[in-house]
Amino acid sequence: MPFVITRSCCNDAACAAACPVDCIHPTPDEPGYDSAEMLYINPDECIECEACVVACPVNAIYRDDELPDSLSRFEEINAVYFQQSGHGA
Amino acid sequence: MNGSRSPLRVAIVGSGPAGSYAAAHLMNRREFAVQVEMFDRLPTPWGLVRSGVAPDHAETKMVVDLFERTAGQPGFRFHLNVEIGKHLGHQDVLDHHHAVIYAVGAPDDRELAIPGKDLPGSHGAAQFVAWYNGHPEHRDLTYDLSGKRAVVIGNGNVALDVARILTKSTRDLAETDIADHALAALAENQIEEVVVLGRRGPAQAAFTTPELLALAHPPDVDVVVDPTEVALADEAPSTFSARMKAQILQEYAARAPRGRRRRIVLRFLATPVEIVGTEGVEGVRVARSELVSGPDGSLGVRTSDDTELLEAGLVLRSIGSRGRPFPGLPFDERRGTIANDEGRVIEPGTGRPLPGAYTTGWIKRGPSGVIGTNKKCAGQTVEMLLADHAAGLLPEPSHDAQALERLIRVRQPDVVDHQGWRAIDSHERERGEAEARPRVKLVRVDHMLRVAGSDIPA
Repeated sequence: MPFVITRSCCNDAACAAACPVDCIHPTPDEPGYDSAEMLYINPDECIECEACVVACPVNAIYRDDELPDSLSRFEEINAVYFQQSGHGA
Repeated sequence: MNGSRSPLRVAIVGSGPAGSYAAAHLMNRREFAVQVEMFDRLPTPWGLVRSGVAPDHAETKMVVDLFERTAGQPGFRFHLNVEIGKHLGHQDVLDHHHAVIYAVGAPDDRELAIPGKDLPGSHGAAQFVAWYNGHPEHRDLTYDLSGKRAVVIGNGNVALDVARILTKSTRDLAETDIADHALAALAENQIEEVVVLGRRGPAQAAFTTPELLALAHPPDVDVVVDPTEVALADEAPSTFSARMKAQILQEYAARAPRGRRRRIVLRFLATPVEIVGTEGVEGVRVARSELVSGPDGSLGVRTSDDTELLEAGLVLRSIGSRGRPFPGLPFDERRGTIANDEGRVIEPGTGRPLPGAYTTGWIKRGPSGVIGTNKKCAGQTVEMLLADHAAGLLPEPSHDAQALERLIRVRQPDVVDHQGWRAIDSHERERGEAEARPRVKLVRVDHMLRVAGSDIPA
């Protein structure tokens, strides 16, 4: 049950700094960060430790099976980002 | 290293996200003590988090908890309701600090150069946002919401914010911290359709995917997209976000309207060429457009003679914002920013740094990015400042913190400190609690000062 970043993401990347397996991208040091609409969690690498949820200042991160209906699309958006961007697997 | 034992004294002008992240970067230094003096021209802090973020985006505003934690640390002081450039000049500030960071944002709407733009009923979107968010300088604006259609020119996230607010039910708005005057005005809102005009195609839309998705919730508003305007001309868009937006727009286009009371119409390849009317706005003339590749590969817009008239009683211009020249500091007219090199304020001609002067946020880089983008931006500025400090380039200020306090009280007796802001904050939250809202905002400076000056929370 990986975690998912949703609408209120503010790109401050506190989550990426807190993630022990570096599965949140783009980080502020990566190309693409400055134009990124939001950050994304790689569902194949997330170890469900919840550190990002604690770090997020705007409650943007949910467990995928607890996503409210209005935010359900973000599960796909997080996953597709990694399929298309060359990050991760 | 600087051998001085006295703390590094830094003034920050502006308490929005850019200034607040700069404060956090400075206060989190463990190597030496830092004293941050934060100024804001309003009696309330947090800049656009308070006066810009849409009232129905409560989670986004939670970022202020982070800023409050920084502001609560010893070594941080608020000087609210004090305007640098008016009550104190740049040199006054430098006399009392090693350095000053300007984080004053980009407060002006960019100008739209089409006939009729100044007709009554045509307004800047940023001002409309400031009005419904209760910014004291904009609370007296009035908007004619009696027409059936409003047109928003431009399609960034601000354009979607105003479209959402204009179509939301009074019941939903009444659960937010929207200003009371706006809630009352919007309760009489007769607008049934908000048309959002984009000159370019779906893949070039300025709004972000998360905000495009937010339009579809709550479901009592129809989102209408013309399939012919979002059919992609040739190859797939090159970036992830452009592909995502184009895909979601095509899904919206494929949906049959459900006959809701209100709708948001997202138009593309539609260039406004004239705001039409005699006494006031009667409509917007829109020309069909196409994308053309320039010789350098950049995409431009070619406007055709094929025009239509969209009747409308209200036009909101939302084509971006722009920084305002700051008294006594060099300004880059082309970019609309304080002239700077990675956050060091510079003389535009020579590129020579102006000693002790730094900048961050929109007034440094232009109006781009979201709230947290300012964390990285402010980090860069603070690195420059600390490097200059370590190199001995920031002389000891001639006056100390007590002298600063005295000077402020002379120039602006109505200064609001952190305790004053806490009184305003709890007053607003308590009023909100009574109405099951996050807060009920004070929108008049005199009311804010009265609450800030008393110890009585209500």
